[in-house]
This record gives sequence, C-alpha cells and structure tokens, in this order.
Amino acid sequence: MNKEIKKLTKIAQNIRIDIIKMLHKAGSGHTAGSLGMTDIFVSLYFNILNHKPKLPTWPHRDRVVLSNGHICPALYATLAHSGYFPCKKLMTLRQLGSPLQGHPHRLSLPGIENTSGPLGQGLSQACGIALAAKLNHQNHRIYCLTSDGEHNEGQTWEAIMFASKYKLNNLTQIIDRNNIQIDGHTENVMSLEPLREKYKAFNWHVIDIDGHNFQNIIDACNLSKTIYEKPTLIIAHTIPGKGVDFMENNPSWHGRSPNPTETKLAIKQISVS
Amino acid sequence: MKKTFKYNSTRNGCGDALLELGKINQDVVVLTADLTESTRVNKFAKDFPDRFFNCGVAEQNMMSIAAGLAVENKIPFISSYAVFSPGRNWDQLRVNVCYNNANVKIAGHHTGLTVGADGATHQALEDIAIVKVLPNICVLSPLDYHEAYQATIAAANFNGPVYLRFTREESPIVTSQTKAFQIGQAHILKSGRDITLIGTGPILVNGLIAAYEVEKQGISVEVINLSTIKPLDQAAILKSIRKTKKVITLEEHQIAGGLGGSICELLSEQHPVHVTRLGIDDTFGESGSPQELIKKYHLDSRSIYQQIIKTINYQIC
Repeated sequence: MNKEIKKLTKIAQNIRIDIIKMLHKAGSGHTAGSLGMTDIFVSLYFNILNHKPKLPTWPHRDRVVLSNGHICPALYATLAHSGYFPCKKLMTLRQLGSPLQGHPHRLSLPGIENTSGPLGQGLSQACGIALAAKLNHQNHRIYCLTSDGEHNEGQTWEAIMFASKYKLNNLTQIIDRNNIQIDGHTENVMSLEPLREKYKAFNWHVIDIDGHNFQNIIDACNLSKTIYEKPTLIIAHTIPGKGVDFMENNPSWHGRSPNPTETKLAIKQISVS
Repeated sequence: MKKTFKYNSTRNGCGDALLELGKINQDVVVLTADLTESTRVNKFAKDFPDRFFNCGVAEQNMMSIAAGLAVENKIPFISSYAVFSPGRNWDQLRVNVCYNNANVKIAGHHTGLTVGADGATHQALEDIAIVKVLPNICVLSPLDYHEAYQATIAAANFNGPVYLRFTREESPIVTSQTKAFQIGQAHILKSGRDITLIGTGPILVNGLIAAYEVEKQGISVEVINLSTIKPLDQAAILKSIRKTKKVITLEEHQIAGGLGGSICELLSEQHPVHVTRLGIDDTFGESGSPQELIKKYHLDSRSIYQQIIKTINYQIC
C-alpha cells in the first residue's frame, strides 16, 4: 500500500469512529449510508478537491453538492477532520442550537454548498452551480453525490437530461450504488438496472468503480476531468454500513443509530480493521 | 372616472423589464420550462441567448437549477405558468430557495380566472396562498403593465427570493410609467372616508370603477392597491381601516389564503371589523371568455358596486 493510500485509510478509520459516536450521541440518524460513503468523502476532501478549509467561500474551490442529505454525518465528520470547523462540534449533531442540523443547511455551517434533505434535488442544484461556473469562465469542478434510491425521483432524470443538453463537463456525479433504500433493496422497491446503460443512453460518460478502493476513486475522478462534451457519472459500488459486520448490507441500518452496546462493538471492529 | 384607458398585459411588463435587466445587469439569467413566448421571455432569449436556459417541461429541475445559480451569485428569473411553477415545484421552492434564502425570482404567469378558455387546470387561484406561507420570500402582485415592469426591476434589485404574479389578458393601465416599485408599500389609488377597498392585480381596476360609480350615491370609498402581498404594509392598511371601519378585499384568487386571508389575519389581531372578501370562494374555475368568467364569479364592477352597498349597510348583530 502506498503512503497516500495508507494516509487515507487511517483518516477514514477515524472518521468512521466519529460517525458512530456522533450518531450514538444524537440518538437518531442514518448510519449505513454514512459509513458506506466515508471512503468517497475522504478521497474527495483529502486528495481530489482543490479547496481551502480556512477559506470556505474561496471562489475557485471545487464544489461538493450532497444530494442525499441524510448521510450528512459523513460530510460533517469529513469537513471537521479537514479543518472547516473544530471536531468537538461533531458531538452536537441534531441538538438544539447546533449548526449540524439533522439534514444539512447551507447557511448553518462552513463548507456546506447546498441545503438538502428531500431527495432528488441535488443534481439539479449541481447543474445550476456548474452552469454558473461556465458563465463565469471558471475552471473548478462540481462533484455531486447522489444515492441510488433517489433515482426513483423524476427530478433526478430531469437533471440528467439538462446536464447532457448543456454539456456540463465540469460536473462529476458520484452515485452511492449500495442497493438499499428505506423499504428494502432497490431492485425490489423500484428497479434501476440497467443503470449504466440508462446513463449512457442519456449521453453521460459512465465509470464503474469499487467505492471502497481509494485508488479506484481517485483515478475515476481524475479521468472525469479529461472527458469533454459530456458530464461524467461514477457508479461507486459501496457496502452500506461498511466496516461493521452487523450493519453491512442490512437495510434496517438505513435510518437508525447504534445503542451503547452496538456503539462499543462497532468502534472495536472499525479500530482493528 | 371618465378617461379612456390604455391597455397592456402585466406579462408584457415583466417581459419588457427582463429585456432591460439583461442590458443593465450581467448577473441576470432567465430560465423557462418550454413557455418562452407565452411568458414573454422571448425578447430576453433573443438578445441574450447565452444567459437564457430552456429547461424543457421540467419545473422542479428549473427551480433547483435556479437555486444553484443563485448561490453562485447569479440572479435567476424562472418563468412558467403559476399552476406549474410554484404549483408543481413547491418543495424545491421551500427547501432549495426559501430555506436557503437563495436569490431566485419566480415569475408565475397566467394567474386568475382571466386565463379564460384553457379552463380550471390552467387558472392559478391558489399560488399566493402556497407561496406566502413560506419564510424569507416576498410576494408581489402588480396591478398593471407599468407596475409589472417596475416590480420586475425591483425584484432584481432585492436580495432574496421573490414571487411575482402576472396575468395573461391586456388590462387597463392606471399607474405611472416612471414610479419605482417599493416592495412592501401599499398605494392609495383613491382617497375615501366610508369604506376601504383593498385589492391586488388587474382585477382591482373593476373595484376602482365601482368606487367612482358608488360615489354618485354619496358613498366615499378609499381604494388601496396592495401589490405587495408579503410583507404586508400593516401601517397603511390599519390607518385606512381605523378611519373607515369597513373593508372589502378583492382578488382573482381563493379568498382563503389569499389577500382576503391576510387582511383577516391582520385585522382579527389588530383592529377587528367586518371584512367582505371578494374573490374565488373554495371552487375551481372553468372555461369561458375572461369577461364571462369575471361576471359569473361576481368580480365585475357592477357586482363589486353592489357588494360595496351591502357592506356599507352591514350591521354586526
């Protein structure tokens, strides 16, 4: 393992532990998706992004638009570990007066580019942000993180058409293909496959990756920068609840937080992984 | 009131103002959902094609894209029929625009019964209600072409979400071309002492005509143009009603949740008096000519005249 990957692995481990602690302290929230997307967040904020955590509104920063806002524990923990705000704030998640709202609010916390919660709206907002960059002749990139479940929303497909029509090649969407949503497995609730072919038919460049392989994630994001004339979709195949065996691939962990025993066990498993 | 009116539509006022804004403000961008000509953004589209985006028939996407543009310091105007926008994209308006306090301007066209022949599906009679309930947003409902033009300019200069309500039909012009629009300010169109008539949108001209007619019977009506529904100009409204002690509201919208609702909410707390609300009373519209519909739903000047007499004679038992 090279030095960079080793570094990212260690950061991801620490962030996963914080996610478990935050969700336990909050007493509610979304565990599986947060753990499943941790490696993507870490790759972005600690390797891929051109950003300045101490200058969160720096005009030339790359933008991260989180569409499925319910996995915000992973975003909050990554922002804190990157230096956007003190890590001690993480334990205020979902509490009265905390800037760490149950779903992210742009005006509450530095580093939050968009307000999200209701599904299917992030890709559209990312299109607007990408369009503004084109109008301003700016070269930063827009990374939009979406879930597979929110592809049930018609608005997502409206945005997919729009991004293709306006050739938003400064937009990279990373879909969390973890195959679960609240009511169960995605292919049972509302099947999405063949997802890759659907996106190709909508004129997107599509890359499939292992969403837990840092080298894969970094390579795919770098490749997306070289694609002209179209937006890029990275289908990140992930394991919901990644790192904790009793949470992995279990839809019941979509929307709950760990109790004290589960918290202890989860932290132990993540620590030794 | 014997003078002959000039006519133009409020949608034309919006379209002409957008063309002007295109010239004077590089940050103004316009989006539509496949309704370029009928919402009058065609002039802007022709002169500023690089700042015009046709989203196709996809109003939800359009609202959220506008929010994305606004957080990057653009001033997006989104243009569609009000039954679709904010009718179909209210959640996006709520979360992406209002909760975000994003500087998006929503132009809702073809409001009221006067859409006419297209029928109930296309007649927005609920848009004020569903928008004014949201925090952070202003709701503007201009009276005529000039006011629509000036309101559009004012919306661009205001930092925050604004909903603008426009109508399709050509209607009389009663305001001045040069008067700048002040968001949040009610205007007295005619002074009076016996009763206050508060209205919004072009339908208020029927109220103004009725007010001058009923004066021949010795009844003095104060007519207030409430072209900003939110924020409500409480001081101006209360000042008039403290004087007249009687009030009629007039709108091409549901009286529940509309202008009538706002006035009742204000007066019930600040100065309880009887309120007669003229507008649409919990029913959908239908096909017909604008004139036929206005008459059927008792919003013509003759019907308003009768309601003024009735309200003047109203006694609280």
